[in-house]
Amino acid sequence: MGSNSLYGPIDPATDAGYVDAPPRMGFFTDTSVCIGCKACEVACKEWNAVPDDGFNLLGQSYDNTGGLSANSWRHVAFIEQPVTSDVLGSVSSSKSPQFLGMPTSEPPGKASPGPTSDFRWLMMSNVCKHCTHAGCLDVCPTGALFRTEFGTVVVQQDICNGCGYCVSGCPYGVIDRREDDGRAWKCTLCYDRIGDGLTPACAKACPTESIQYGELSELRERASRRVADLHSQGVPAARLYGHEEDNGVGGDGAFFLLLDEPEVYGLPPDPTVATRDLPKMWKRAGLAALAMAASAVVAFAGRRG
Amino acid sequence: MKDRSMVPKAEFESYYGRPIVRPPVWTHDIASYLFTGGLAAGSALLAAGGQATGDVTLRRVGRMTTLGALGASTYFLIIDLGRPERFHHMLRVAKPTSPMSVGTWVLATFGGVAAVAGAAEFAPLLPSRLLKRVLPPVGDVAGFGAAALAPALATYTAVLFADTAVPSWNAVYPELPFMFAGSALASGAGVGLIAAPGKPARRMAVLGAGIELVAGHRVEHGHGLLSEPYQQGRPGTLLKAARLLTAAGAVGAVLGRRSRVVSALSGLSLLAGSALTRFGVFEAGVASAKDPKYTVVPQRERLERRSASSP
Repeated sequence: MGSNSLYGPIDPATDAGYVDAPPRMGFFTDTSVCIGCKACEVACKEWNAVPDDGFNLLGQSYDNTGGLSANSWRHVAFIEQPVTSDVLGSVSSSKSPQFLGMPTSEPPGKASPGPTSDFRWLMMSNVCKHCTHAGCLDVCPTGALFRTEFGTVVVQQDICNGCGYCVSGCPYGVIDRREDDGRAWKCTLCYDRIGDGLTPACAKACPTESIQYGELSELRERASRRVADLHSQGVPAARLYGHEEDNGVGGDGAFFLLLDEPEVYGLPPDPTVATRDLPKMWKRAGLAALAMAASAVVAFAGRRG
Repeated sequence: MKDRSMVPKAEFESYYGRPIVRPPVWTHDIASYLFTGGLAAGSALLAAGGQATGDVTLRRVGRMTTLGALGASTYFLIIDLGRPERFHHMLRVAKPTSPMSVGTWVLATFGGVAAVAGAAEFAPLLPSRLLKRVLPPVGDVAGFGAAALAPALATYTAVLFADTAVPSWNAVYPELPFMFAGSALASGAGVGLIAAPGKPARRMAVLGAGIELVAGHRVEHGHGLLSEPYQQGRPGTLLKAARLLTAAGAVGAVLGRRSRVVSALSGLSLLAGSALTRFGVFEAGVASAKDPKYTVVPQRERLERRSASSP
């Protein structure tokens, strides 16, 4: 364990003790091209044999999954918003949502132009962030969670005893305990595929390359170019989320291009790994323990020995 | 007046109001464990005090309570696992970044010595003359060993809660160990007041209750929005009741020193107060994770402070 293993920019695989680790792999999810098809959700379930999450109608736009869970390792969020002029400069700025109309059988562009809309959908495929400083991994008491040579974070199901600590350790609310099974589950970044040079199932299935898989350093460059492109095309709201190595988790292995504030998508605006403050926490506990011992001594002081 | 908040109503955005951090999957078994673990620690200190001052009743009651609380603690910890039959997987690593791993080893070591100290109380009943002679001094060493580990056992649980993304547990990390240490002392003193009231148990009651109430006040009021879950709803009610019971127990311990009945009632009040403190803290954390406000608003404020300080 290096000196700054608890916080700050590091190479997680090297820090975990791998010698000659392969490059760190990750996801760049560009939500500006997501069409909300949920192929990623389906492909993930198929490849990883993830059970269903119940067949519920949630009344949350087209999202009937709800969020990431033990049984959903990719989740497509749908946000319906009135568009304001500061988001998309050219669109009218009336605030009230509008019915978009039913799809027609005409190919796009052929149909008679409908009423212009002041309404937009945001869609985002969410996933485990495979943090540089992973709260779940830090607090796991059995060693079931481990760092792979690719810098990702994976649960060993034959070790996990379902203590549930990782669930509360994750600042993104990703990892979850499966109810009937009792163990913790989450995205493995298809550890069984990437070791053989294959692309993770979700990225493979994504029809618009909203989900991009690759070497993290290269994805970060690609992402900053994409943001610059979008800005020059008049989408000032485009911003990256989780790409910075000096953020609260030391940089995310899976990061995003968003078109609104993170919390709109159900993401924390400034997440921090709790373990960052662990030395300070133990110090306070040590002081409290001393106070407790001293109290006991004082309580019995002056009695015959 | 009810549920009055010092904090202005927070405006924030969220995804259909869904939680961001996941509410703990732990049940009330964990709150019960906080209480029994603290009781084991507090009564181990009481037993060691009795041992050091030659108070046989205090020693015996302390050691027996420790044993019982230890058994209950182990039970609560194991049944709360998703896979209880795999509890021993906790023992395959020792991991300093995981307070639960640290706590497992503290509890296991404490359990070992406390069990020896407890067993020593049964020495007179044993048939073997050797054991009758050897066990009591060994038990004394073990008793002091348990007392040495007791403060760690009582306070690590605060780090266990604080080292999470649960907003209202994480924020109160400076005071939570003191709150738990005081609560453990008060519960140990409560046992002493019931079984063998005397000056040491009364002092311990006052000191424990004092530490718990002062630290608890800062938890409940010192952290702005993140203190709110400790004041409102069910956790707020639990903590209010805990405060009353703890204060009443400490006052009763002092004023009722001539009455065995009042002392015992004060002891019960302290024990109930300690238990309610743990349930209140547990539930406040769960409430803070369920409402995205407690995740989003403090993080937004942190971002704004950061961008204000670096133009």
